[in-house]
Amino acid sequence: MSRIGVFICHCGENISRTVDVEQVAQAARQMTGVAYACDYKYMCSDPGQTLLKKAVAEHKLEGIVVAACSPRMHEKTFRNAAQAAGLNPFLCEMANIREHCSWVHDDRAEATTKATDIVRMLVERVRKNKKLVPITVPVTKRALVIGGGIAGIQAALDIADCGHQVVLVEREPSIGGHMAMLSETFPTLDCSQCIMTPRMVDVINHPRITLHTYSEIECVDGYIGNFSITIKKKARSVDMAKCTGCGVCMEKCPQKKIPNEFDKNLGFRPAIYVPFPQAVPNTPVIDREHCTKFINGKCGVCQKVCGPGAVDYEQQDQLVVEQVGAIVVATGFKLYDITEKPKGSAIKGYGEFGHGKIPDVIDGLTFERLASASGPTGGKIVRPSDGKEPKQVVFVQCVGSRAREKGISYCSKVCCMYTAKHTMLYKHKVHDGQAYVFFMDARTPGKSYDEFWRRAIEEEEAVYVRGMVSRVYQKGDKVVVMGSDIAVGVQVEIEADLVVLATAIQPRDGADTLAQKLGISYDKYNFYSEAHAKLRPVECATAGIYLAGACQGPKDIPDTVAQASAAAAKVMTLFSKDQLEREPIVARVNEKFCVGCLACKKVCAYGAVEEKEIRDRQGNLIRVVAYVNPGLCSGCGTCQATCPSKSVELDGYTDEQVMAMLDTL
Amino acid sequence: MKHDFEPKIVAFVCTWCTYAGADLAGTSRMIYPSNVRVVKFPCTGRIDPVFILKAFQKGADGILVSGCHPGDCHYMAGNFHARRRFAVFRKLLEFIGVDLNRLEFSWVSAAEGGKWVEIVTDLTQKIRKMGPLTQFTDLADEEQWSGALSNPELKAVYDQV
Repeated sequence: MSRIGVFICHCGENISRTVDVEQVAQAARQMTGVAYACDYKYMCSDPGQTLLKKAVAEHKLEGIVVAACSPRMHEKTFRNAAQAAGLNPFLCEMANIREHCSWVHDDRAEATTKATDIVRMLVERVRKNKKLVPITVPVTKRALVIGGGIAGIQAALDIADCGHQVVLVEREPSIGGHMAMLSETFPTLDCSQCIMTPRMVDVINHPRITLHTYSEIECVDGYIGNFSITIKKKARSVDMAKCTGCGVCMEKCPQKKIPNEFDKNLGFRPAIYVPFPQAVPNTPVIDREHCTKFINGKCGVCQKVCGPGAVDYEQQDQLVVEQVGAIVVATGFKLYDITEKPKGSAIKGYGEFGHGKIPDVIDGLTFERLASASGPTGGKIVRPSDGKEPKQVVFVQCVGSRAREKGISYCSKVCCMYTAKHTMLYKHKVHDGQAYVFFMDARTPGKSYDEFWRRAIEEEEAVYVRGMVSRVYQKGDKVVVMGSDIAVGVQVEIEADLVVLATAIQPRDGADTLAQKLGISYDKYNFYSEAHAKLRPVECATAGIYLAGACQGPKDIPDTVAQASAAAAKVMTLFSKDQLEREPIVARVNEKFCVGCLACKKVCAYGAVEEKEIRDRQGNLIRVVAYVNPGLCSGCGTCQATCPSKSVELDGYTDEQVMAMLDTL
Repeated sequence: MKHDFEPKIVAFVCTWCTYAGADLAGTSRMIYPSNVRVVKFPCTGRIDPVFILKAFQKGADGILVSGCHPGDCHYMAGNFHARRRFAVFRKLLEFIGVDLNRLEFSWVSAAEGGKWVEIVTDLTQKIRKMGPLTQFTDLADEEQWSGALSNPELKAVYDQV
């Protein structure tokens, strides 16, 4: 390319005060390939841009260098102007002679020399620039939401209400997640079920939501706009199309003593069951591990009593493939179960506080089930050991959380608030009871949160003891809690009837495996990583995948709902166009030279590099090369600097362009 | 103030942090020596060590490579790849016989206009004292012209060939 126009801006006096712009223009005219050079007071102004467009036409320019301010300021302006003049916008570059020259140097001769050098570098660069066209990717306007807790439900409803199809996948037999287990919610103390169950019904009744419960993600293929998802629908042993949800099978099931996981094993359920009465869908599932029919084949009562003939012992796991354009991951959390150390856990501190040994030491979620009107006790707070009403309850905060020596250094964020709530719920139900709370700090930022916490202390008379618990042991039918009150500097010993541990929030089991299937990154605790902590808090670095709820970090319900709606908004933005347009600054592989070492694949943070097989006409494999998916590539260029055979190039920053710039030194 | 020797300094910077930091130095009207020429990359991960050799060969007396602070990379891990790459590359450069003081690495964020000025000023002063880097340019001359060699050792080798 040899017909380049150089346009030097005075920027009022901002540049011309220290840089002799006329001299720079003069020098530019002598540069190889420059067909036209001029200077003007305000290049970015309307007359300035007109001047540029006219010059392109008059001098048949094939490339443009605008020597003015930083490209961060006006690159877009001048590239648009170049496009309006009929040039490819990527043939226009800016030489930064204001921020990097006139504003930072005071010697006029030196600044002029530097400005000339900068212009020369950019002229050489533009000579090697190639026309680039924005990359377009078709978008399938259908979303996948993984996880049917409040985060997944909110995201699914928002996207579906906007008019798009949604596929919602839930691992458990019913949607609802943890929120369906809660009794009342802070800071308003409204009943969790009352606000949650209508939303669950909205999901199943929504014409645009396809619900896959008792299902898991088997495999994820494709990229933004074009994902192909294989979902494993586990065998329910009940035909969902035939079942009316009458519940006779559950009544007649002779197995009645299976601990109910939904009630944190406080209550019991039959082998054919729905996790809780308001389950959505209200279709039972057979727990094949405990069902007599599956153990020794000697029952079959449920099949006999089922009027519509929905019970099907022969049902198999099924694989379903769904095509979607975007994915919202909302897999939620689990509570750190400190009873027994799982195999391979890096976290220490299991079996502390007698959890797992002393029956009256429970975790926060178990307390929620005790306090819940739909719980195993009908909302009556009793001790799991003997069913008596506890008169002294000790709550311990920060169990696991903020314990660096044990392997969890983060704050679980919601425990301070839910412990305050627990003390209130307890006081409301056991008027003559006394609640004690051992805490390190009370962290109650949030609308009406601190007031709520103060209310627990001032009105509901919970006694807050600042300090940690050293030991919990059984003494008769009491549980003795020993700890320190560091505010007063004394040792405290409380003979409690019930101890509630606010254990840390952790990502769900298998969060890492799912992340690997999706190709998204996660931190050392297995919480999913957002693309940018401040500016892209709901997007994954992998394009087209978004995060909602506690799978990204501990979160309360309002934050979760807000994030879920934000993720839905991001999905809707993606779905607002038929084609996704991206900047063409992406890497390209030269397949002739690529030896298929795939070093590029290892350094790519976006999973944009794939293996591509090259075959001959008979279909025999010749060799494997790297392929960069332009839909995923973000254009960092790390692959290019890594490639040992120099067979991948980043458009817009090719070796040729950089070398041309360096040649001017 | 005029100096006997004004070095050529090339800065390889990423567009998101250091380039923006240098812009901030400009908008804050901080003054620093005019010796530096900035080459912009999307990420320090894109910077091939060959560029550094090329710049030295083309007459750069000092080189600065600067990107986002660890953990702040716009592309998540590009600066970590760069850091590893240059840790190895420095060894190579040392082996070739280039004084490592001529090559500077730093992290300058978009908010650190002052740090940019400081680094560029310090590097310029340091290189001024060190004098020009002639190894590469000499070598380039010799490569192009194979007649009388000024270095007797090289001449002996050349005659043997």
